[in-house]
Amino acid sequence: MKAKYLKPVVFLACLVPLGRLAWNAYSSALGANPIQVITWSTGTWTIVFLMVTLSVTPVRQLTKQYWLIQYRRMFGLFAFFYGCLHFVTYIWLDQFFDLHSIAKDVVKRKFITVGFTAFVLMIPLALTSTQRAIRWLGKRWQKLHRLIYVTAIAGVVHYIWLVKKDIRVPLIYAVILGVLLLYRVIVRATQHTPVQQRMDKPTTRIDRSTVAAD
Amino acid sequence: MLIKKPSDIPSAEITPKGLYLNRRSFIAGAGALAGVALAARQLSHIIAPSEKVIAGTKLDYGKSSYSTSEKETPFNDITHYNNYYEFSTDKYEPADLAKNFNPRPWTIKVEGLVNKPKTFDVDALLKKHLEERIYRMRCVEGWSMVIPWIGFPLSALLSEVEPISKAKFVEFTSLHDPKRFPGQQRNVLEWPYVEGLRMDEAMHPLTILAVGLYGETLPNQDGAPVRLVVPWKYGFKGIKAIVDIKLVEKQPISTWTKAAPNEYGFYSNVNPDVDHPRWSQAKERRIGEFLKRPTLMYNGYGDQVAYMYNGMDLKKNF
Repeated sequence: MKAKYLKPVVFLACLVPLGRLAWNAYSSALGANPIQVITWSTGTWTIVFLMVTLSVTPVRQLTKQYWLIQYRRMFGLFAFFYGCLHFVTYIWLDQFFDLHSIAKDVVKRKFITVGFTAFVLMIPLALTSTQRAIRWLGKRWQKLHRLIYVTAIAGVVHYIWLVKKDIRVPLIYAVILGVLLLYRVIVRATQHTPVQQRMDKPTTRIDRSTVAAD
Repeated sequence: MLIKKPSDIPSAEITPKGLYLNRRSFIAGAGALAGVALAARQLSHIIAPSEKVIAGTKLDYGKSSYSTSEKETPFNDITHYNNYYEFSTDKYEPADLAKNFNPRPWTIKVEGLVNKPKTFDVDALLKKHLEERIYRMRCVEGWSMVIPWIGFPLSALLSEVEPISKAKFVEFTSLHDPKRFPGQQRNVLEWPYVEGLRMDEAMHPLTILAVGLYGETLPNQDGAPVRLVVPWKYGFKGIKAIVDIKLVEKQPISTWTKAAPNEYGFYSNVNPDVDHPRWSQAKERRIGEFLKRPTLMYNGYGDQVAYMYNGMDLKKNF
């Protein structure tokens, strides 16, 4: 087992963006338009955590640090957590529960439609992230959790579409996502059964309960 | 110490904890937004007015009946939340990036279809009869401010050069100098920034050239030394750092129209009923306020300006 205290440290590190945001809100350092900053920050961290989650598999395979799989669920749940904050910011702080205008937005604005889709698709993944759900779903769990690819793509498209003109930053995420997806395509194309077994074995040894959705 | 067996935390517990923090942060966030943040910012504005000094010299000006009595947006917000792509596409950056921008010496050439073309020195313009115009400013992005501009009617400048009857539009051009405008080192927009008004819009008494803000010369990040203010149009029509004003026969093509013709039209009158293709324009967030407020037709200046657009299809001429 890697360092005993690594997991809680990583957990707390994942909360730093939220802590920083809360601190800045208290010390009124969020600038002229705090709600926009909160929306932007929570949205950004949702995408970052989606990218981090999707990096776990390539990184652990390429570096042979197979124990990293233990962190994938935590990262995925943090993506969902920041996604929830982002969604609630929009519903509460931005729209202030104006259901009429929210409904109109979701249908009419394609960047909101696609962002909403990304968020909704994360819900079943978060709900089935427990050991019990993994056991119960068996092989189907892996299939279901491939939805994260759709969420990640939709999330990046959401970002690109909402920017007024300067799309440099969302394009960086698009490139990262492209690389992460391409890795999977390549692995799939060149994969033979023995390789897969070799890759999966250490996973099952370290963390039997976690299914590797490579 | 706190967590004895970290690896044994069932993941199922992570979510409830997350939701717990989530709820707490919102209570915190909302509380801060509703009260503390505002109060603190207000307070910091009072106890640290030193930032005002950066803006420059005091101006002599009179009051105007065109001013609104609405609560003015704090100076600090007007100078630290700027859409000024010549400096940066990030609204928080121009305040810092514009620090060393020197708006002197500066001249504005007024030319084109006029009898007496003339080049004005900006310091001469500051000696004109200046008025304070407290206007609402509605950004196309869905936020708004109330800004106490100091300036003079554009019509005062235009009548000096005597436009000829062939002149139907006014075309404004910003400074193009990538050395002083770091944002111009990238072609995020086509430089220099160009804007335009129809002749009647340009001559309208509400249309001003602003040279100041809060009683002092214009801060660099707000468009120093001279910018256009057309309060019934979206903010981006208010071209900054003007170097050239040309009277022309054909309708100029604005920079944002060139960048996205389906999103930003020539008129760009504030209109809650005509949405931006990507977002609604029905409401706006007044900077410093928590709840959004409904956006007003022509930004609330309909009584003064609606006649200019009688019979026009505003959905087509957005």
